[in-house]
This record gives sequence, structure tokens and C-alpha cells, in this order.
Amino acid sequence: MGKIVTLKIDDKEVKTEEGMTILEAAKQAGVEIPTLCYHEGLDPYGACRICSVEIEKRGRSRIVAACCYPAEEGLKVITRSPRIDKIRKTIIQLAAVTAGEDVAGEMRALASEYNADLSRFRSRVPMEPIKCILCGLCVRRCIEANWDSAIGFEGRGVNRRVVLFPEKAGICSTCNYCYVVCPTGRISSAYGPDPPFPFIDDVLAGRK
Amino acid sequence: MKVMSPEELEKFRRGLLARRKHKRVIAVCVGTGCVALRAQKVAEAIKDDVKKHGLEGRIEVRKTGCLGLCELGPMLIIYPDEIPYFRVKPEDASEIISKTIMKRKLVERLLYKDTITGETVSKIKEIPFYKYQLRLLLENNAKIDPRKIEDYIAIGGYSALAKAMFELTPEQVIEEVKESNLRGRGGGGFPTGRKWETCRNALGKPKYAIVNCSEGDPAAFKDRALMEANPHAILEGLIIGMYAMEVSNGFVYVRNEYPLAAEHMELAVKQAEKMGFLGEDIMGSGLSFRVEVHRGAGMFVSGESTALMSGIEGKTGEPRPKYIHTAVRGLYEKPTDLNNVETWMNIPLIISNGAGWFKSIGTEGSKGTKVFSLVGKVNNVGLVEVPMGTTLRDVVYNVGGGVQNDERLKAVQVGGPGGGFVPEEMLNVPVDFDEMVKAGTSMVLGSVVVLDEDTCIVDLTRYFADFLSEESCGKCIPCREGLRVLLKVLNDVYEGKGKEEDIEMIDDIAEIMKEASLCALGSTVVNPVLTSLKYFRDDYEAHIKLKRCPAKVCKKLRGENQKWGRSLP
Repeated sequence: MGKIVTLKIDDKEVKTEEGMTILEAAKQAGVEIPTLCYHEGLDPYGACRICSVEIEKRGRSRIVAACCYPAEEGLKVITRSPRIDKIRKTIIQLAAVTAGEDVAGEMRALASEYNADLSRFRSRVPMEPIKCILCGLCVRRCIEANWDSAIGFEGRGVNRRVVLFPEKAGICSTCNYCYVVCPTGRISSAYGPDPPFPFIDDVLAGRK
Repeated sequence: MKVMSPEELEKFRRGLLARRKHKRVIAVCVGTGCVALRAQKVAEAIKDDVKKHGLEGRIEVRKTGCLGLCELGPMLIIYPDEIPYFRVKPEDASEIISKTIMKRKLVERLLYKDTITGETVSKIKEIPFYKYQLRLLLENNAKIDPRKIEDYIAIGGYSALAKAMFELTPEQVIEEVKESNLRGRGGGGFPTGRKWETCRNALGKPKYAIVNCSEGDPAAFKDRALMEANPHAILEGLIIGMYAMEVSNGFVYVRNEYPLAAEHMELAVKQAEKMGFLGEDIMGSGLSFRVEVHRGAGMFVSGESTALMSGIEGKTGEPRPKYIHTAVRGLYEKPTDLNNVETWMNIPLIISNGAGWFKSIGTEGSKGTKVFSLVGKVNNVGLVEVPMGTTLRDVVYNVGGGVQNDERLKAVQVGGPGGGFVPEEMLNVPVDFDEMVKAGTSMVLGSVVVLDEDTCIVDLTRYFADFLSEESCGKCIPCREGLRVLLKVLNDVYEGKGKEEDIEMIDDIAEIMKEASLCALGSTVVNPVLTSLKYFRDDYEAHIKLKRCPAKVCKKLRGENQKWGRSLP
């Protein structure tokens, strides 16, 4: 058992173990912070930035990602404010550029909650929607399930994509983990309810 | 031969000086810039000619790193007279030898001609470009061949290391660095001494120390030039730091696009091992340090400390959250100190001359000098070092000799993609960490790009967005998608398809990127966008509302009756 630290999340006093993140501490206290690239079983990744919160430390306020920032003694956290809402809304709008307006899952729910017009930036950048926000959950989950990854990232910057490594396709054990974690509903289940049940590698290879 | 004590080092140095028979030295710059202009051939031609005249014993032809005034390369300096020759061609070799070396006469046409008076200058220090600089880190470039450790030892090299290891405790070294108020030259401006202290006090072993030579900004070449010209000074700084922080493993991260810098560093490490400044039982102290040169894949984002560390670990160079300082948890999750090339290079100077001396140079908040490349539409393009506190106006007009063709200066762009635009009316801002931030740019300051009235700010901002959209790692949404949309919107403005609401959109995206991006790349690369909007909003409005490019650069907005450029009648 580590040291106990006390912090303030939205005026709620929260006691938590040292080494926990703000997100974990908030969860304990029943304060909801939205996430897209976070998964309990995986290391924090800090890519979607939806969990951005405002912290106050030594009188100075700054924006941090709750999934990565460690809970510190005396820290003051604000999880909802006009500033935070604007950041989240803009991030969802930006994410829609690749994801498209027709998204399902967690992202759809967040878009309604934060009243985000998904076509704001999309309408300016004509590109084929790929229903993917590159959160990396499928890739990281695959590594954990198979000790290696059948899928991974290719390219950098705006050219970043999730791809299947053809020479590693054999690793896929159709465990469905990637389907379960996908926040936009891009990956369909191998045994899911809707036909035609595409496999993850079919989807990523563009066959389905 | 291994040096086993400070006394032996001093003896070795005296021996080196005593054995020097050469009366004169011809230092030929073979830095990357001059090499592109056939400097290697110049050096070979001079060597051949020296041989032809049988002067090998008396004249040393030394191939050095960057000597500064790249605009007029290839250049060489003849010592001890300090005669500089510029734009030297291999054909000029025989004349230089027969005239200047044999008869002590000047070759007038190779001398520097003052742009105003038209008079020639025959002493390097009298050339305005050099006169207004304070070259603490760069002045040794002419005195050493970067491939020879003996040259570095001869000018007192590694004596700072001896002093640190045998006269000071590690705590005293850190105290000295803290006292000097040296701040990180990579751009953050974090006090180096404090970083060292954090790393030293952090729990966990082994600890690591890293030299960051992953300089990816377009227009900047100061880290490359420093490492190419004087690798041992960087290495000495690193070893002093390793001693102070009780680190046994050091890394020098060089991007592979800097082959000469990497080669010189690798050679320097080998030579230092041979001489006993690295390896086991350094100078008889019983301490052991190892340094490894790591060639990076040359991504712009690899200059970010956590991305760089991922790179050394063998992973993709992607930044990771840095809420716990890398000095506490860095490379392989162990305490890691990472400093810029220039920061490390200041260390031997501080140890040798004392923190008091170092503090006497510069401003209240920023001490010492700053090295950067001065490029763009300026007369004297080159590598520059000025004391902190020098105004950008002095840099452009005194050191740089003014704008090319006497054009009107529009702005200077400092620090590349992470810096910002400083308009003409704000040129009195000094080179100083805090003042630069106040002006809206950050002190990344690897380069100062001079822009004249023929430069379109929108076009240049668009260029940065284009560069970054492919150089960002693409991990976090604000940076990746923000750049994608920014680039598209700026492209539309450039092509005359901009809409009135675009300025607000650009502003919105830039703000989100600054606040919510994962690493410093995302949060600083909006500086050019924000400063361009702040100081050159008129330019944007002319593009969007009037469909006109004031600088007549943006192709689709040039129109039929507009002339290309300003220089045409």
C-alpha cells in the first residue's frame, strides 16, 4: 500500500493512493471523465486528449490529460468548465475528420453530449472517412492478447494509419478484443450479430 | 597512450605545444556548407602547393569545422596573421602560397570588401560580421581539426574535466552549474543545474545522460556545425555532467542526416577512450564512464526528449506523456538527463572559468551566449554567436550586414516551426529566454530567418504547416488532425479560396493544439500561426477579402497585371 494523497476533484475531496492517475482517482470518487483511447487493462497512452482537465498547482492553471497525470497531494482538478468543454468539443470535431460523421460507439455519445458539429472541419477537408480516430486501442489490445501484433501503425503525421501486417496475419486468433475496444465501431466482430461478419484483417486490408 | 592523472594531461599538453614546429597555419573550413562549394578540393590544392614548395614542416594546412561566414564560402584563415580569404577556389591555392605565405603580401581579390566603404579588410576580427559577435563556443573552431584530439588538448581541452574530477566534488560541480544560471539551449530554457540536481537525487540506477543533436528545424544548422567542428568540447561537457550526476552511461543522439557530425563524434569517442577520458578508471580516478553514439532516423519529432528516448530504446520515435520529468523517469524508465549540444558545450567553459565569469555575460535572466544560424534575405548568411541581450535588430543589421539588396525588412522568423514571427517594429526584442516568450515566440532559436517585403507570411506559414503535417508523429488528435485542417485552410487562403470565417477557424485550432497536444511539438508549432495572425492579420485579410497577395507570391492571386516580385521595374 502506497502513500495516501488527498486532492480535490470538482470541489470533492478525494483520497487516493500515490501513483494513481487523476482519471483513476476520479473514477473512485464517482466523477466521470470521458475517454476514447483509455482502457483499464492497458498502459495510459495519452493520444485522444478527450480526458483533458484543468489543474491548479501553485496558483497556476494548466490543461493536462487525466489518464496520464499522477494524482498529487493538494492538487486541484476541474473536470468540467467552459474551457474544458470547448477543448473536448473541438477535439471531437477534429477526430471526425478521419472518422467521418457516421460513427458509432463512445464517439457518437460524446458528440451528442458536447454538441459537436462533426462536419465543421470535415466539410473543409474532403477525404474518405475511415471510421478510425487512431486511438491505438486495437493495436495495444492485440499486443496484449497475442504477445505480438497482427496490426500496427504505418506512416507518420497525417499519413498515420492502422494496418495489418500481412506476414503476421497468422497471429490473429479472432479473439475479438479489438472489436470490443474500438470506440468508433470501425471493427466489426467476427462472431457479431450483423452479417457479413468481416474479420479484422479483412477490414484492415480493405477487403470488406 | 592513456592519461592517468591531471598532471600527466598537463605534461602531455606541454609536450604537444613544444613539438609544434609549424610557424603558420592555414585553417580551411570544411564544414558541410563550404564542402558543398568544393572546400575539400581547396584544402587539397593548398596542401599540394605547400608540398610543392617544400613548406610542409613550417605550414600546417588544417581542415576545420564551420568558420562562420557561410555566405562567402569556401573560406580560410591564415594564422597567426588572422588573414581571412573568402570564395576561395582550388585555382587560387598557388597564389595564396606564393604571395601571402612566401612574400607576406595579400591577395586583394580574396579579401572581404566592406559593403559600405568598399575597402578591403585584412583581419578577421575587423570584419563587421565577426566584430559584433562574442564567439565563446565558436572561436575554437579555427584552432582545431575536429578529427584530432591532440588539437583539442593543445588548446586546454579536457582540463575542465580534470578540474571537475580532481578538484571538485560532484555536488560542487552541480552547484557551480546552478550558480552560473545556465539555461537549456534546446529551447525550453530550463535551468540546467536544477535539472542535473533532480537527476542526481532521483531514485533508480543506472542513470543516463544524453546529448540531443536531433536538430530538425528547416533553416537551423547550429547543432550540426558545433558537433562537426568541435566534438570533443561536447564530449567533455557530457563527461563532466556524468561525473556530477553519477551517471555511468551516456548517449549522443545524432540524426543520421548529419553524417559528418556523427562521424566526428564517433571518432571523438574512440579517441577519448584511447586517451583514457572514457572507459575504465578515468585519469586514474577509479571511475568508469561509457558513451555511445546513436544515429537517429532523423524525424523532426525525434528532437522531443521522450521521442528521442523511445528512439534509443529501439521503438518508434513517438513522444510519451511527460508529467513526470525525464530527469526522474526517462530512458528505460530510469532517471535521465538530456541536454542540447550547445548546453553541454557551455559546461567546460563554466567549470574552467567559473560561474562568476559566465554570469558576467548576458542579461538578468539569460546568461552566456547564444549560437544560431542567420539565414534568409540577409547579406551575411552564416553561423552566429552573440551574447544574450543582443537585440534582433543588432543581429540583422550589425552582424548580418542588413537586408539583401537594401530591401525593406518585413519580419524575422526565429526558431523555425516552434518559434514565431517578429515584425519589424518589434526588432528591439533582445535574444533572451523570457523576452522572446513575451514576444510570442519561444526561445527555440536555432535559426533567425530574415524576411523582406517580397515574402508572403501566409505562404510561409503554409509551408510550416505542410512540413509539420508530415513530421508530426500523428499520435495525438489535436496535433495530427489540427495540422491536417490547418494545412487545408491555409492552402485555400493561398489559392484565393479562403472564407471570412477561416481566420477564426485557424485561431480555434491553434488554441486547441497549444493547450491539449501531447508533447511540445504540438503545443509550440502553433507559434508561427499565432504570431502571423497577431502581427500580419492584414495579409490574411488581403488574401481572403481582396483576393490579393500583397507580396505577390501566392501564384493564383498574382493576377495578370501584377508583376512578379518587387525587384523588377
